[in-house]
Amino acid sequence: MSFFVVQNYNRLLKLLGGFFVLFAVQTVHAASVTIACGASGSDVVNCQKYANDWAKKTGHTVKFYSPPNSSTEALALYRQLFAAKSADVDVLVMDIIWPGILKDHLLDLKPRAASEIEQHFPAIIANNTVEGRLLGLPWYTDAGLLYFRKDLLDKHKQKVPGTWEELLSVAKAILAAEKAAGNTELQGYVFQAKAYEGLSCNALEWVASFGGGSVVDGSGKVTVNNPMAAKALNFAASMVGEISPKGVLNYAEEDARGVFQSGKAIFMRNWPYAFALSQKGDSAVVGKVGVAPLPKVAGAAKGAAALGGWNMAVSKYSKAPDAAIDLALHMTSSAVQKARALEGSFNPTRPALYQDKDVIAGNFLMANLSGVLANASPRPTTVTGLKYPEVSQAFWDATHDVLSKKSTGEDAVKKLESKLNQIKRSKW
Amino acid sequence: MTKQTATKTAWRFLAPMLLLMLVVAVWPLSRSVWFGFTDANINDLAASKWVGMENYVGEFGLMFNPNHSDGFWRSDWGIAIRNTLYFAVVSVGLEVLTGLAVAMLLHQDFPGRVWVRTAVLVPWAIPTIVSAKMWQWMLHDQFGIINELLLNAGVLAQKIAWTADASTSMWSVVAVDVWKTTPFMALLILAALQTLPKDCYEAAKVDGVHPLRVFFKVTLPLIKMPLLVAVMFRLLDALRVFDLIYVMTSNNSSTISMSGFVRREMVDNGNMGLGSAASTSLFLLIFISAFVFIKAARLRFSEAAK
Repeated sequence: MSFFVVQNYNRLLKLLGGFFVLFAVQTVHAASVTIACGASGSDVVNCQKYANDWAKKTGHTVKFYSPPNSSTEALALYRQLFAAKSADVDVLVMDIIWPGILKDHLLDLKPRAASEIEQHFPAIIANNTVEGRLLGLPWYTDAGLLYFRKDLLDKHKQKVPGTWEELLSVAKAILAAEKAAGNTELQGYVFQAKAYEGLSCNALEWVASFGGGSVVDGSGKVTVNNPMAAKALNFAASMVGEISPKGVLNYAEEDARGVFQSGKAIFMRNWPYAFALSQKGDSAVVGKVGVAPLPKVAGAAKGAAALGGWNMAVSKYSKAPDAAIDLALHMTSSAVQKARALEGSFNPTRPALYQDKDVIAGNFLMANLSGVLANASPRPTTVTGLKYPEVSQAFWDATHDVLSKKSTGEDAVKKLESKLNQIKRSKW
Repeated sequence: MTKQTATKTAWRFLAPMLLLMLVVAVWPLSRSVWFGFTDANINDLAASKWVGMENYVGEFGLMFNPNHSDGFWRSDWGIAIRNTLYFAVVSVGLEVLTGLAVAMLLHQDFPGRVWVRTAVLVPWAIPTIVSAKMWQWMLHDQFGIINELLLNAGVLAQKIAWTADASTSMWSVVAVDVWKTTPFMALLILAALQTLPKDCYEAAKVDGVHPLRVFFKVTLPLIKMPLLVAVMFRLLDALRVFDLIYVMTSNNSSTISMSGFVRREMVDNGNMGLGSAASTSLFLLIFISAFVFIKAARLRFSEAAK
């Protein structure tokens, strides 16, 4: 009897051991990867779907982490996580302005992505390569665009404004006519002027299109204190309270989209993502929205659009780096980029997709965008490196002061110059 | 038990708490003070170097900075100090008045008093982040219900961008803080009111003294001490305000507080050194304010006793 028990006991042990081995093998192969993506509703949908596909295909588990909506806050959060060497996030969606700031905490993707590199826009790959290491795989690219209400322009027999002056006069004319007809809710132009990174993009577009340079030039010299930059900021301030509600001073992308999409604005400055959303479901402006390049100044050859875009980066502190890189490769693959272009108007970073018939047919933005993307102005991130957040913040603070009429453009750029030199100290 | 063993036992009981304090308060606090004397950057804390008083009074420091061409009070740190002091004084002042009013009201006997008292506490019970976000939506210039109501009532001719306009943003923040903290003040004052002896009031009633006179000559002097304690709590709280302002107005220069500045330097810009120096200054400023307030309050209290 006792023998029998012992024998059974041994068998039980073997069985248990077998389970453990099985379990252990499974955990080695099936890693759990956390991806931080999706700050807005459409982002979430268009990220989770493809990450889940990857999980199903590979047998790994994927977890989602929603970063803050504002890119400024998201960056701050990642810097805190990385300072603590946290493994909480494996794959993160990285703004094109971040590689210089996060360079010490990200894995080099070059070895695993060697065959991919040549299929993306070289400018983005160059932007993401710091000290010879590829820190992010391009996911989608962005540039500021002018959205307009086709129906309102047609109704009042106005043309799409090509210059800032025309934007002002067209908006004023339509507003006057619509107000007279009882539409008091309507606003002329909404953009992003809350004190955050988005305002730096808007301000860069004004300054660059007025011929005021790019705040800090390629050699690292602070160039913002010039009459054209001052004029650009003064012009922007003249729109606030005239064709733009004072509330824009607290608007981010989603606030502006909210106003425009509910039919309460004639013009909006936003990124391409807003287009697909404005044509969906409960939008009040389905079929009434047109998109054009942002205005230039009268007589200038071209306007300026801030270059945006997002990349997939992998944390150095990830516990499953192989699976994480695999997920990043999947998310930036041609198939996923194509699907996202069709469903979410996210612009591919692969030139080949701009020739793809389905993409051209399914997303009318593409035809307009190629020119805008080619001419987009990058923010002065490469030259300012780790200090870029401070530079950008000084820039948006100065702009916010001008827009809220606390300062004139001339005073603001002068003060900004001394502040930027103070941030720079001896070198960037 | 001798006195010595009693002391020993006391220390033994205190030890876990002291140890915990050491770990969760003394260590982080001293580390933060230490960072204030270094050039630490969040990117790599291990690489930080000792820079002495550079963060406080150096070329790029908080004070006596030669780059502040418009003077200290126009620099970012100066603006943050001004905003914070303005916010603290105005909001606490208003909260004392509204708190007193609500407490006097709740002190009266009326049917359903218990329910009203509970209901009054609701704003205080909502987490600040939540109430700040809630008010931000209500104060939204295009969709906000506040603009809608005021427009419909004919008070406003056009919509106001409450949280965005430089002239109204600070007042919006103060108003929300008053809304949120009035219950706290009212509760503390109400507690003081309930301990007051009834005989003074009966005597005043018999003598036919005007209720306002009773309030200023009897009630106010009697609740002065608890009131001052409540004011001090609120003042210390208001001096380190962060969440309300950050959520409602996103740290723009019209409303940025000292804590907001610290957060911006430390987290957004990664300058742990300068940020820690600023947070140490903030700590000292709060400490000095508390000290001055206690001294001043006692002084006046003893004068009243004369």
